Amino acid sequence: MELLHNLFFDYTLRTVAQGSATLGIVSGALGTYAVLRKQSLLGDAISHAAWPGIALAFLLTGSKAPLVLVLGAAAAGWIGTLFVMGIVNTTRLKDDSALGLVLSVFFGFGLVLLTAFIQKMPNANQAGLDKFLFGQAAALVERDVKTMGSLGIIALLIMMVFWKDFKLLSFDPDFGASLGFRMRWLDVLLTTLIVIAIVLGLQTVGVVLMSAMVVAPAAAARQWTDRLGVMVLLSALFGAVAGVSGALISSSTARIPTGPTIVLCISAIVLISMTLAPNRGLIWNWIRHQRNRRQLRVEMVLDDLYALTLQHEDLEHRHSVRVLNAMSAGRGGAKRSLEELEARSWAHRVGTEWALTPKGLAEAKRLAEMRGN
Amino acid sequence: MNFSPQVEIQIIAAVVAVACALPGVFLVLRRMALMSDAISHSILLGIVLAFFVVEDLASPFLIIAAAITGVITVALVELLHGTGLVREDAAIGIVFPALFSGGVILISRYAGSVHLDTDAVLLGELAFAPFERLSVFGYALPKSLWVMGGILLVNLVFIMLFYKELKLATFDAGLAAALGFSPVLVHYGLMTLVSVTAVGAFDAVGSILVVALMIAPPATAYLLTDRLSYLLGLSALNGVASAITGYWLARWLDASIAGAMATMSGVFFLLAFLLAPTRGIIAIARRRVRQRWQFAQTMLTIHLLNHEGSPEAQQERRIEHLDEHLRWAPSFAERVVRYAERQGAIQSDAGDLTLTEHGRQIARDGLSMSEASPDQRSEFAVS
Repeated sequence: MELLHNLFFDYTLRTVAQGSATLGIVSGALGTYAVLRKQSLLGDAISHAAWPGIALAFLLTGSKAPLVLVLGAAAAGWIGTLFVMGIVNTTRLKDDSALGLVLSVFFGFGLVLLTAFIQKMPNANQAGLDKFLFGQAAALVERDVKTMGSLGIIALLIMMVFWKDFKLLSFDPDFGASLGFRMRWLDVLLTTLIVIAIVLGLQTVGVVLMSAMVVAPAAAARQWTDRLGVMVLLSALFGAVAGVSGALISSSTARIPTGPTIVLCISAIVLISMTLAPNRGLIWNWIRHQRNRRQLRVEMVLDDLYALTLQHEDLEHRHSVRVLNAMSAGRGGAKRSLEELEARSWAHRVGTEWALTPKGLAEAKRLAEMRGN
Repeated sequence: MNFSPQVEIQIIAAVVAVACALPGVFLVLRRMALMSDAISHSILLGIVLAFFVVEDLASPFLIIAAAITGVITVALVELLHGTGLVREDAAIGIVFPALFSGGVILISRYAGSVHLDTDAVLLGELAFAPFERLSVFGYALPKSLWVMGGILLVNLVFIMLFYKELKLATFDAGLAAALGFSPVLVHYGLMTLVSVTAVGAFDAVGSILVVALMIAPPATAYLLTDRLSYLLGLSALNGVASAITGYWLARWLDASIAGAMATMSGVFFLLAFLLAPTRGIIAIARRRVRQRWQFAQTMLTIHLLNHEGSPEAQQERRIEHLDEHLRWAPSFAERVVRYAERQGAIQSDAGDLTLTEHGRQIARDGLSMSEASPDQRSEFAVS
């Protein structure tokens, strides 16, 4: 209760929670496209590549206004993405090498800028740039949140305006091109939006962990639905939940950084989704698998009984359970399947002997015909 | 054996670079470059957990625990991917941030008092390496030189011993499996190597720059050669070059050595990307231009050959006529004619074009090439 109270009335916590929620929503929604387009790790490259951009923006303008740094980060993230695309398109290097190359080299360059120039500035004003490394949610002020919020809203609005175009781009770009949509241009636009989403989160979560905020909410949301609209909404929701709960947990415990906590929260959501989600989830899958196996065994025993009945040319002739057990040896015995058959009244038992019912005979015939013999 | 700290730092940097580049070659070839990113981050958790157990930052147990964490990372990624619920890249993007976050949280919560801060893990500091020394066999060398030298040796021995297996499993995993080499074993062997190397190197250069040293030199070499053995050699050389030039760049700017090494490895890649003899951007562009002229020349010779000796030849072989039949703008036609003349394929006599024997051969070669596919032939047979 106290936490909830603080969430609304404690200025710092409220700001942090708002910032984290904004970041979760924007990166969750736009991350959906990155995951669907198999560009999950592009976020990793963009966020690392953004670092020298932040340093350069600060060096050139001397300002630490969030908008300036965000623009610098976005520009560098953009150039990094261009490099990745250029390398993949013109050389035989695959995207994994291109991404790894760009992220590490840009990051190294950022480190050179930071150590060679920024840390030597006479005014101590450089403090706070390295918070972009791991993010420092606690240092968020209302101005930051406002910048994040307005840029985020713009990005989301653009996403909605180009909704069906992006859908086409994600699922069937060739078809889209044949319809006359400018796929290359849409690709650029969507990548720009993802760059914005990533850059918004850098201050809170930091360059190292930001990629998780792009991938994880979408990967979790994917488990629950097959529809793009629902997936985007769910992904944004998961991102927001992780953001707020991460902010709450880290505020209520001493010396727990916000960024990593948010990442652990979203990882937990992924784990839960993968386990519990209906249809795709692991538990659901396991149950379905078991049910199919049971069904298959029942049908096999039914088939065995049918074969015996055909051999004896007598529906009433009863067959010992031991024969049936022997026939389904290696499949775990016939006992449970026979009980299942009885429950469906496809077979009836007399003592330890079994025979098909007329209904069971019809079913066995139907199955045999379905198999084509 | 006493070098100045300057030289020692360069030697350590070079050893680290080579030790990283060797397994990096296989990562790049096997399209698993980003595993190095994942491993180099998640080993932090292993180091922290091991530190809580042994409470000694110098313990070799830390390296073992970190290497195990690296292998666990790979296994977790495969587990996640194996459920069929997420793609492999998404699995990487989920697993390593989670493990890394765990490490960061543990550090800031419990290990605040010891010298184990996240910046050091991420960024590394090579400049301090010579201060910590270790005496083995009477040689007092920097500790990280012993560690990295040992890891380099392990990498070298592993690659030499299993060269054939690695090669086969990398280029044809199916055949390797069919012949009885287990690709899974090779895979995990390699991943163990990457983990151990990352653990050893992150102390010196930080985890993100481990990624740079593992990927950039092999990626650069991959643009220069097609042979695995050359690839390994060139990557190692390139790694050393990045290390040494990086060191001097860092000295000049008074910047982080690790960052400068990564930057230089990027610069070398950029150079290869632009200038590589057959795969560089410039080479590709030049080849395209040459092919364009050659193709035009072939078109021209075929056109002339088609009409040689026919009644309308007089008219067809005029240069002005090419505009009509090959749809060439006059300026373009003129340049093609000049090119073909220089190649000795035709002779031009005031706009009247005749084929040389060489030109006829070019035309026939062009036609016989198009013989293979009838579609192309009909295209050639314009006029």
